[in-house]
Amino acid sequence: MSSKRDRRGFLKNGAALATGLTVGAVRPASAQTPAASTPSKDIKELIAYGERSRFETAVRVSVGGRPSPDSFGLTFHVLAPLQDSFGIITPSSLFYTATHRGAFVPDINPREHRLMIHGMVDRPLTFSLDDLKRLPYVSRIHFVECLGNRANANHKTVQETHGLTSCAEWTGVPLSLLLKEAGVQNAASWIVAEGAEEVKGASSIPLAKAMDDCLVCYGQNGEMLRPQQGYPLRLMVPGFEGIYQIKYLRRIKVVDRYYMTYDDYGHINPDPKVAALTHQIGPKSVITFPSGGQQLPERGFYEISGLAWSGAGAIRKVEVSTDGGQTWKDAELRSPAYPMAHTRFGFHWNWDGRESVLMSRCTDELGTVQPTRADVAKFWNESPERSRVRGADNSVQPWKIASDGSVRNGLA
Amino acid sequence: MASRRLLLVVMVVLGLCQIGTAQSPTYGVGRAPTAEEIRAWDISISPTGKELPPGRGTAKEGAQLYVQKGCAGCHGRTGWGGRAPVLISSKISKDGPPVPANGMAGMAHEPPPCLAPCVNDANAMAIHSPFATVIWDYINRGMPIGKEGTLTPNEVYALTAFILYKNEVIKEGDVLDELSLPKVKMPNAAGFALPPEEWKHGRPRLQNYP
Ligand code: HEC
Repeated sequence: MSSKRDRRGFLKNGAALATGLTVGAVRPASAQTPAASTPSKDIKELIAYGERSRFETAVRVSVGGRPSPDSFGLTFHVLAPLQDSFGIITPSSLFYTATHRGAFVPDINPREHRLMIHGMVDRPLTFSLDDLKRLPYVSRIHFVECLGNRANANHKTVQETHGLTSCAEWTGVPLSLLLKEAGVQNAASWIVAEGAEEVKGASSIPLAKAMDDCLVCYGQNGEMLRPQQGYPLRLMVPGFEGIYQIKYLRRIKVVDRYYMTYDDYGHINPDPKVAALTHQIGPKSVITFPSGGQQLPERGFYEISGLAWSGAGAIRKVEVSTDGGQTWKDAELRSPAYPMAHTRFGFHWNWDGRESVLMSRCTDELGTVQPTRADVAKFWNESPERSRVRGADNSVQPWKIASDGSVRNGLA
Repeated sequence: MASRRLLLVVMVVLGLCQIGTAQSPTYGVGRAPTAEEIRAWDISISPTGKELPPGRGTAKEGAQLYVQKGCAGCHGRTGWGGRAPVLISSKISKDGPPVPANGMAGMAHEPPPCLAPCVNDANAMAIHSPFATVIWDYINRGMPIGKEGTLTPNEVYALTAFILYKNEVIKEGDVLDELSLPKVKMPNAAGFALPPEEWKHGRPRLQNYP
């Protein structure tokens, strides 16, 4: 397969050069061994570009049932190790990765990469990366979350229940600036954003959102984006589900209707209520310590730690329950609460050695409160056992502490 | 033409890509793409089909291409039971059980990957997609894996016709072209709610959702 792909990369480059526009050559994504198993580097190399201690072993793992790369060589969904996370920034090397259709991680030469803005604009424009870096930029901290981030009873760890979200500092040009430069026409109402990878993944985004707070990013956590995160250019659509955050961004077409791209198609639903719950992430939180698969060595003091985020804005409040939701107490925010960003919370807890169920729930700046599964069932008028969470799953996650200190998924 | 191409290559290599004049009015950055560049890159297909290129194809032609272009190798001879998602509902397919696909030994035993969302008989694209244009667009941009973007418009029309015919959406003799494709009556035409176009900052996703 790889020879085919190399050939294709060659063909594509040839064609692209002929038009003076080019996307990068492509390469199968096979070289993705976890950092822990790569041969240790020369000290000179490590001084040039650092690596974590060999005693640190947290790695991403693929979503059950479909290894990544899979048998086609496609990178599929891989989960971030939230149980090992501190603070609110996910290191780029541990940032979760997903593509609606599995994709080969492209090997794009940034000097050849272009972003074209066209469609219902007065002045179609093409930008090189150097062009974009000349323009006014901002750095903002935002989470990204995949719609597939749904906890179920089979999941053992918080990596499995919630690992399809991560948070980073993104640097780039506001999309509104670029759209204003191009001159959006009055009748326009949507944009279609498209990547340069082989499948050219694309999503339709309401123009109102595009003009509000989207960013055309080249920076992530203080350096250039990583290839798995869209190197050299990615769209950030804060608070919207992951599929909108187009990687390898090469084209924005301004249009007057919803286009239903293949990626849009994957998430259609006949119920307008479900559709409304699908595109933006609701207020959501999860306890990352103690969480499934961990072990409390003895009774006594533990600082409960977790993450809260919302697609609608900043987190205002997080509450924690240690008795399965009967009583709730305010947790403390341990990081700045940025809009559409992971926010770290902490809660003092003295474990008395008895069985306990830990939960967290958050409230965002609109006053929307994260629901329990029982709340969700009530909304849909269903019995809690038979109910499903529709749209983006932002329901409360319970962790059960057994009297021996072992921690298990409370949904099981 | 050849010398123009050479010149472009040289300019790309030197990183001097200011071909058009800088157009961005406030910052004077970027350049205007030529009409030809836009045409080459614009592969978006609206549900109205307005960007569809001229061309035509039938299910009969598509049946041959389905094998020739390697689709059968991944999706199964019968359009189901392969390693790649179901293209032809096994409930509708009259071709019997899946034949182990050629050149991919052992593949028929591997369960098809469950994508998010899972593709099965009930939501095979021909049955689930509200617009035939979505199928055309996806085959055109994304298939066959490893040789994306190599199919001609006629081939994409024919493969789309084959998949639609096998799922009993159109008749075997129907010709699909840039005018007829967007008009195909899809079984799930009403099966989606528009995402909120009137998105507003600071508005809850759904009023009264807990
Ligand atoms: C090398 C294997 C391979 C070949 C060859 C191949 N496909 Fe696919 N196809 C796939 C995979 C894998 C997917 C699922 C992509 C994903 O992971 O999202 C897919 C998805 C599709 C889909 C979307 C299905 C859905 O419901 O989402 C269509 C339509 C399709 N292929 C048509 C074709 C056609 C037509 C051909 C021949 C021109 C072809 N494929 C050749 C592997 C292949």
